Amino acid sequence: MPDKEDPPAPRPRRVAHPLARFLIRRLLLAVLMAWGITLVTFVLTNLVPGDPVAANLGQRALGDPAIVAQWRAEHGLDKPLWQQYLIHLQGLVQGDLGTSQQSHRPVAQDLAEYVPATLELAGAAILVSLVLGVAFGVVAALRRDRLPDHALRVLSLVGISVPTFWLALVAFYVFFYRLQLTPGSGRVDAALGSAPPVTGLQTVDALLAGRWDIFSSAAGHLVTPALVLALYTIGLLTRFTRSAVLEVLGQDYVRAARAKGLPGRTILFRYVLRSALVPIITVAGLAFGSLLSGTVLVEAIFAWPGIGQYAYKSATTLDLPAVMGVGLVVGVVYLVINLIVDVLYGVIDPRVRLQ
Amino acid sequence: MTRDPLARRGLLRRLPEAWRQPLAVVGAVLAVAWIVVALAAPVLAPHDPLAQDLPRLAAPGPGHWFGTDQLGRDILSRVLHGARVSIPLTLLLVTLSVLIGGLLGACAGYFGRWVDETIMRVADLVFAFPTVILAMVVAAALGASLGNAVLAVLVVAWPAYARVTRGLVLGIREREFVLSGRLLGFSVWRSLRVDVLPNVTGPVLVLATLDIGTALLLLSGLSFLGLGAKPPSPEWGAMVASGVEVFDSWWVATFPGLAILTVVLAFNFLGDTLRDALDPRTARAIKERAL
Amino acid sequence: MTLEISGLKVSIGGKEILRGVDLGLAAGRVHGLAGESGSGKTMTGLAVLGLLPHGARASGTVRLGERDLLALPAKELNRVRGGEVAMVFQDPATSLHPMLTIGRQLTEHMRHHLRLGRTEAKERAVELLGKVRIPGPAQAYGRFPHQFSGGMRQRIAIAIALACSPKVLIADEPTTALDVTVQAGVLRLLRGLCDELGLAVLLVTHDLGVMSAVADEVSVMKDGLVVESGPRGRVLREPAHAYTRSLLGSLPGAGTAEPGGPGDPGGPGAGPAPEGER
Ligand SMILES: Nc1ncnc2c1ncn2[C@@H]1O[C@H](COP(=O)(O)OP(=O)(O)O)[C@@H](O)[C@H]1O
Ligand SMILES: [Mg+2]
Repeated sequence: MPDKEDPPAPRPRRVAHPLARFLIRRLLLAVLMAWGITLVTFVLTNLVPGDPVAANLGQRALGDPAIVAQWRAEHGLDKPLWQQYLIHLQGLVQGDLGTSQQSHRPVAQDLAEYVPATLELAGAAILVSLVLGVAFGVVAALRRDRLPDHALRVLSLVGISVPTFWLALVAFYVFFYRLQLTPGSGRVDAALGSAPPVTGLQTVDALLAGRWDIFSSAAGHLVTPALVLALYTIGLLTRFTRSAVLEVLGQDYVRAARAKGLPGRTILFRYVLRSALVPIITVAGLAFGSLLSGTVLVEAIFAWPGIGQYAYKSATTLDLPAVMGVGLVVGVVYLVINLIVDVLYGVIDPRVRLQ
Repeated sequence: MTRDPLARRGLLRRLPEAWRQPLAVVGAVLAVAWIVVALAAPVLAPHDPLAQDLPRLAAPGPGHWFGTDQLGRDILSRVLHGARVSIPLTLLLVTLSVLIGGLLGACAGYFGRWVDETIMRVADLVFAFPTVILAMVVAAALGASLGNAVLAVLVVAWPAYARVTRGLVLGIREREFVLSGRLLGFSVWRSLRVDVLPNVTGPVLVLATLDIGTALLLLSGLSFLGLGAKPPSPEWGAMVASGVEVFDSWWVATFPGLAILTVVLAFNFLGDTLRDALDPRTARAIKERAL
Repeated sequence: MTLEISGLKVSIGGKEILRGVDLGLAAGRVHGLAGESGSGKTMTGLAVLGLLPHGARASGTVRLGERDLLALPAKELNRVRGGEVAMVFQDPATSLHPMLTIGRQLTEHMRHHLRLGRTEAKERAVELLGKVRIPGPAQAYGRFPHQFSGGMRQRIAIAIALACSPKVLIADEPTTALDVTVQAGVLRLLRGLCDELGLAVLLVTHDLGVMSAVADEVSVMKDGLVVESGPRGRVLREPAHAYTRSLLGSLPGAGTAEPGGPGDPGGPGAGPAPEGER
């Protein structure tokens, strides 16, 4: 006897459509945010108390009002602020981030040179953090209130409490200067030459070119700064994974899975981690932001030629166009990361993907 | 008019249990010790932190237990005096971000509509920047000084409180005891102050405790980058930076770094224990919104 | 008796939650377990399968054939779970994993317990979905839980429970979270499966109306103890215990609780649950 009380099951929906709509909405939001970032950097640039004319013209030229006026007109400084912003925005759209006062080169060109090194460092660090942080968090949750849990709690709290710049210095001193276990500063042993640039990531390029000597040198240079950088995010992800896993472990569907007599391994990987992954990737996205912050402090110590070091040099010499360029690029990278996180939601969770 | 009976007592009732945890005890002892150091540094310090009258770069030993720096200053005395620079500034910083962020978040949650939209979009915007980079941009734009560094950290720190407070206020606003107050004709401000405030203080205090560490790390990081405290000042981040130049004299950078680590650790131990003492729902709200 | 619980005690953090529960389940019979919220019905069900919450201790015996489930090593207990004793939970909105397809959740324990291949498992799954009257079972196989209504989800949960042909089914308030209109259908399904497959069913409910509609035996719990037990007709018509009388008295249409026949859920059981338990 067929049951009339339940409504018929809905027809399966087309998969692509709702996800596309979801993504378009997120993309529009990201564009809006990117525009906000340009506004912030512009406003900050104009907050600067120093006169940009004085910073850019020599003593002699400054004495001549005609030259000063001409320079101001040339750089659009005689126009009202909102017009200056529009010109600035127009330049940005065309990839013009201004000229660095330090290197006297276009900021965009400088950044293109430094970004790959930072992506390699931060990418390695986020990979390490995800693997270790999630593993530690799962262990802590499964051994809740027992020794491994307590130990990992202390470890992760220490991880988020260590000043990154100090840890970088200590690691450099101990592992390179004292023990000579790791290669020193830079990305690769200069004597080896370099692999033809494809991705800009030394390790990947070396592998693509089949140069094992370059790869192992690049990987060796990468290990210490990446681990130093990762310590904070490992701590963060450990704490967060632990609570996410504990929360999922208390869910009905996990109890139902145990009632089915599935092996513990299957329940952990298929039932628990899949759900816990949703909050974990959210935090991982945020953690990537703190990694980018950390690069500023770590790259300076390891002489890693990335945007962190570029930002550090620019900030200490008050090279504003360069600092703003870094802010802009990093803000946009962060937006892209958030967009990726949103896409991952759709991949992991069918409730986002369908309907 | 009844007040939510669980809101405050929940935390207080669970406190005694929290104190029995070794982590909380270690955290509390460390924190109190550092506050005592900050208060009593002139008495405790064996030397003048600015006097350059000792042998240069002397290794730790009798008379100068933490060694001396490249200008012949006693590092122990500088570390002790550094507590007078960093700890009050960090506490001020966190207090200000709690007040500013909390007020903005409460307004967003309470009034909703465009007030909410405006405040929260700005908060999102700040969140879109990695903290050190934004703080660095702000500090660079304002000019390098300790005061500007504090301002820069403030700019990146308030949104966390705005988010948490907004979430908590949204949850409380619709609850019976607030609505009944409104029905009795109490003003908006009265209901914010009398009904809402007591219910958000617990969670915000926990968040603030955890944030003391973050704020100190950020502040000393800016000084390390040369965007905060200026040279003679015994600020810990700046001291680590000066140790970079002479890194084979390991003691110059090691001790100020340890000072930062122990202060941050103390407040993280405390905050983490306090968070566990909160009810799980609020604790989760803090974690999710504050990262 | 297929499953015999005797002297079952459970405590969590020093608090005694079950204080010596005795229950017997027989093949082809539905044993109703009634009692107000918090009386320990769910804990009884969970204790049988060793699924008690973090920090709980259980003592007594739960006899399944020759074995005592409470004393079974973890590995063997895992074979019993799902394979010989299965469970259906209260809320189908939370007891199915939201990110796994129905097919996945139906077949994985079949493949594990019965060592079926992928295609055999799928065939059996589709057959089971038909048996619990899911329309379009072949299409339903690839869908996710959120694409089904509450009543449908509970039927799916029942199909999952039956997948490995267990001897005992523990249904913990299977209709409490459902709309009144679909409750009857799910109960009728359970009763039919019990008769058809010779299952021993423990039907937990705090709704005596549901009980009167489908149970053969009825036990009543209060504060972690079974206070009354016996054939449905006797317990519901001539309750010996004052507590049972007061439970019956709190039913809508009190006093006139005439138990209907097993296939007749149109009695008081179709009425709304007297109290929401969640
Ligand atoms: N995780 C737990 N920790 C401590 N006590 C619990 C827990 N879960 C349930 N209880 C207590 O166990 C008792 C029985 O609960 P339960 O079996 O769920 O009742 P029922 O299903 O009959 O409504 C209740 O008093 C409840 O408070
Ligand atoms: Mg129950």
